Amino acid sequence: MAEIVIDNVTKTFGSFVALTRVDLHVADGEFLALLGPSGCGKTTLLRIIAGLETQSSGNVKIGGRDVSALPPRKRGLAMVFQNYAVFPHMTVRENVGFGLRMGGADAARIERQTARVAALLHIEPNLDRYPAQLSGGQRQRVAVARALAIEPAVLLMDEPLSNLDALLRLEMRAELKSVLREAGTTTIYVTHDQTEAMGLADRIAVLHAGRIQQVGPPAEVYASPATTFVGGFVGSPPMNFLTLPVENGRVRLGALTLMSPRGSEGQIVLGIRPEDLAPAEAAEGFAFTLRVAEPLGSHIMLTGDTAGGQRLRVMVPPETPVHVGATMHLRPRRGRMVWMDPASGAAIGRREAGNLGTEAAGS
Amino acid sequence: MTLRRAVFIAGIVVLCAWTLVPIYLIGLGAVGGRTVVNSWPKPFLPPADLSFATMREFLDIAGVWSSALYSVEAAVLCMAFSILLGVPAGYALARFVFAGATAYRLLVLLTRAFPVAILALPLTVGFIRLGLYDTPLGVSLMHTALALPFAVLVSASLFQAVPRELEEAAWVFGCSPPGAFLRVVLPLALPGIAATAIFAFVISWNEVFAASVLTVRHKTLTAYLLSVLSESPLHVQFAGGLVLIIPSVLFIFLVRKGLFSMWGIANR
Repeated sequence: MAEIVIDNVTKTFGSFVALTRVDLHVADGEFLALLGPSGCGKTTLLRIIAGLETQSSGNVKIGGRDVSALPPRKRGLAMVFQNYAVFPHMTVRENVGFGLRMGGADAARIERQTARVAALLHIEPNLDRYPAQLSGGQRQRVAVARALAIEPAVLLMDEPLSNLDALLRLEMRAELKSVLREAGTTTIYVTHDQTEAMGLADRIAVLHAGRIQQVGPPAEVYASPATTFVGGFVGSPPMNFLTLPVENGRVRLGALTLMSPRGSEGQIVLGIRPEDLAPAEAAEGFAFTLRVAEPLGSHIMLTGDTAGGQRLRVMVPPETPVHVGATMHLRPRRGRMVWMDPASGAAIGRREAGNLGTEAAGS
Repeated sequence: MTLRRAVFIAGIVVLCAWTLVPIYLIGLGAVGGRTVVNSWPKPFLPPADLSFATMREFLDIAGVWSSALYSVEAAVLCMAFSILLGVPAGYALARFVFAGATAYRLLVLLTRAFPVAILALPLTVGFIRLGLYDTPLGVSLMHTALALPFAVLVSASLFQAVPRELEEAAWVFGCSPPGAFLRVVLPLALPGIAATAIFAFVISWNEVFAASVLTVRHKTLTAYLLSVLSESPLHVQFAGGLVLIIPSVLFIFLVRKGLFSMWGIANR
């Protein structure tokens, strides 16, 4: 059993606060993605779990054991580094068997394990070559094989695909997912690529400025972001945010009247995904002035202004007639709107049975 | 474009000549005997009756072999001290963040700022008190002081060239910090460290001033030749010069790749 519990971990570098009271619980066998922009502290958190960095305060437990003060080699984990960190002076075979050799495994077990993971990652033909003779993608496979060979309870991956070209990345991503599912290892995967996180992970933890913004399954993080940051970072193109005035518990958006969450007054932010907006009749929607239309094959992306010049992106089916410069009308899909506090950026009433803000259309 | 190329090639020719012509002339004088040394203009090729008589004459001078042995002894000790002290210091400079790291980097070079001539008297007195005067060990200590800045800075840049992640990967996969150093960092830095060692050897082998001052009877080869050859005929001096140059040139030629890292150019 190797669940990971990160309890109230804070990390400061001098006066710079890299992580602020991070709590995170990763279940045994779970694949968790740590997602965030560069500099958000995700790699620092991973390195603290690995023992390569020491937390300023807080605890890390792996499999019920407090490892906060243990050196990396005693934590029972493996890691895949961003630049692979494959030992250049060892053959692929020696690299893959390195962890087992250090762990004092006998020759037969090392050979068996090396053969197994080499087959898993399709690197058998390269076992007796040196890393310098391999391509980036092959080195990546060696790094993963080296990590899997020791059958670790916990696997940490630090942007393992970021140095590969786009096509190879897509291919490795699918392969990693199937390999890791088979291995059943508890995995923490650091990435700044939201599609990678969405595609691979059982759950995503979104970090921003050293704080965890939201933890949840990819679909939930996508559909109901906890903050405007999460909505803007997860999903491409990002979620739209419209700042609207509240009057008597209602928000007017063109011909639509929306019920704002209880207790809200002044202004409120409405979050809506570009694909959750559809063209509508003037009486049933709000006005949108189209500025740019980008036909992307599977859909058309529209960029324009609405509600007093606020920028809005909309994705419509490819056959939709569009006229740049003209005004059209849009209507949000039911149950797909998120209300956010304009000051804090936090979602309002997010946890109410998956029903995101009450909505009432009327003329 | 062709002009630039011509200037470039001319530069290379001048630089090569700068180094090679003196060596060539010394070699010519050493094997040509008395006639070549005194003739002008010099023949371009060594005379047909190329003779090693002069060389033999030189090697037969009493004390040459024993002083060569002292030279080797001092140079090997200097090499060992430079590596044993310089490599850990270089590692610390490359990997650890400590107060005054930058100042230390400069200070290390500053040991070369004091001319040996100024240090000679206090050193002699100190060495006499410690019983190090007139011993190869004493000379090697002085030479270590000269070679150490290079050893420290070169090995620092060697270790900097080894990615930190490799070391961290070794830790994660079961190595203690010393284990990771021995299994991962050291093998990768070894060619460069070997080059540094040989460089320290050459510094000691070539050094003449400190060796002359700090020894009386147990003189190293350079110091011995300085005192003996001034009274020898010219062609024997040339032979002595050649004997001194050959090991240095050979060694430096062997390790030239490793020494490039001294200028921060990666050597692999």
